[in-house]
Amino acid sequence: MYELLKDLDKRWIFLLMFLSVTIPIYIIAKTGKSFPEVPTVLSEAVFQSIENLNEGDPVLLSFDFDPASEGELGPMATAFVRHCAEKKVKMYFMALWPVGPQMIDDAIARVIDTDFSHLVYGQDYVNLGFKPGNEGVIKVIVTDMRELYTTDDIGTSIDEIPMMAHIDNVQDFDLVINVSAGYAGTKEWVQYASTPYPEKIKIVAGCTGVQAPLLYPYIPNQLPGLLGAIKGAAEYEKLVIDKYGGLNPDPKYLEAKRRMGPQLVAHLLIIILIILANYIYFIERRREMSS
Amino acid sequence: MKRNVPLLITALGGFILIIAYFIPATQGWGEVAAIWFDILASIAFVLGGGNLLKIHLKKISDKSVGWAYSAITIAAFVITLFVGLGKIGVNPNPQYPDFSLSGHYREIGSPFWWLYEYAFKPLTATMFAMLAFYISSAAFRAFRAKNLEAILLLGTAFIILLGRTFAGVYLTSWLPDWMSGLKIENLTIYIMSVFNTAGNRAIMIGIALGIASTSLKVLLGVDRSYLGSGED
Repeated sequence: MYELLKDLDKRWIFLLMFLSVTIPIYIIAKTGKSFPEVPTVLSEAVFQSIENLNEGDPVLLSFDFDPASEGELGPMATAFVRHCAEKKVKMYFMALWPVGPQMIDDAIARVIDTDFSHLVYGQDYVNLGFKPGNEGVIKVIVTDMRELYTTDDIGTSIDEIPMMAHIDNVQDFDLVINVSAGYAGTKEWVQYASTPYPEKIKIVAGCTGVQAPLLYPYIPNQLPGLLGAIKGAAEYEKLVIDKYGGLNPDPKYLEAKRRMGPQLVAHLLIIILIILANYIYFIERRREMSS
Repeated sequence: MKRNVPLLITALGGFILIIAYFIPATQGWGEVAAIWFDILASIAFVLGGGNLLKIHLKKISDKSVGWAYSAITIAAFVITLFVGLGKIGVNPNPQYPDFSLSGHYREIGSPFWWLYEYAFKPLTATMFAMLAFYISSAAFRAFRAKNLEAILLLGTAFIILLGRTFAGVYLTSWLPDWMSGLKIENLTIYIMSVFNTAGNRAIMIGIALGIASTSLKVLLGVDRSYLGSGED
């Protein structure tokens, strides 16, 4: 056993990781079953923040991620849009990342165009697109939206969009929802929007796993709710499905729960690899000491 | 002149933003400075593109190691820029049918959309997915319980890894209610919200103090290292 593990080629480890991800994906796709989720306080807080909104309330959704993190953040973006559509709030999409508009397009096509086709562009939702400047954009739009956004993503003048009539700045939104993969993202939204205007701007967010520990210090005052990675998305999905899903929910609304399967097996594999590595280490150390 | 003007711009911009934050009557000044920043950020895309061309064209011209990658980078950059800015294959906006460039650059089926959908998207997703393989290999090669700190780190890693999946719930589901604090999913929350938050807040306060000190040095012109050596 020791001899086998000592010189184990890393390609075997790569193969094990490949299998530990693909086999659960295949089994879950075949059976349609996934592991149960118990929502945590933070996921409940995100859900409740949107639940507390009334019909017609303006909500800003900033999709600050790209295809690299779509696997982790796409399902929560879908769940956010679905929840907002179910609550009949007005959705204002924007992005601080250059490919954010494509992420917005995907979410709109996946949720609004297929299941909420009665929603009208410009009246119920609008895509304001990408603006360069990272936190500079946030700093300007918290006090004056029209300084930067003179048109929407497709070039229509802001003044011709009915749902923009009562929006002057970010303080006019009842909630800001941020889906973030890094800089610029949730940290900047907290620092430049909710911190200077704690009474007027409320933010909830979903982020990648590596970002989550860095955002915990802002909870709960500056950031009341946070979905951490695919686990947070799965918990939030469960809450949305329980309330609005019906008996046979569309698989696209269960994507995060399905992705928890490969995550479980991959995490177990990593734990086993660490234990095996330490087994080798202790045997080597004992041999060194005895010699 | 070459060094004084940037120094003046930096000091002016920085102090305006500080004053605007603390004196509500001057908030408008801060907004103007922030808009300048956004305009500069847009122009930086042009500078970035120029810099990319300069570096990679030099590599190709010198035939230095890996010059073929530079050729691929430039080809990808130029093609994407050309089809995106030129809105190649994009239909005009129905509102303005006479203007060929009035269409949307991301129109489904256009060459730019094709590049994004079939080149950029799978490439970036693949790069990110590769992390799983490197992490598993690193877990096998690097994590060793060599001392107390390493043992604590390993223990925490196990709890978090299990707590972020159903395995954590399953493994400690037999614990009675009065011991629920020891359930892995609750331990995970405790570690993240107490130990992690405390450590991160301490680091953030330290960083903030460091940034404040460095920023003051930059604004007052004491630290001029950001201007470069001035030799080029």
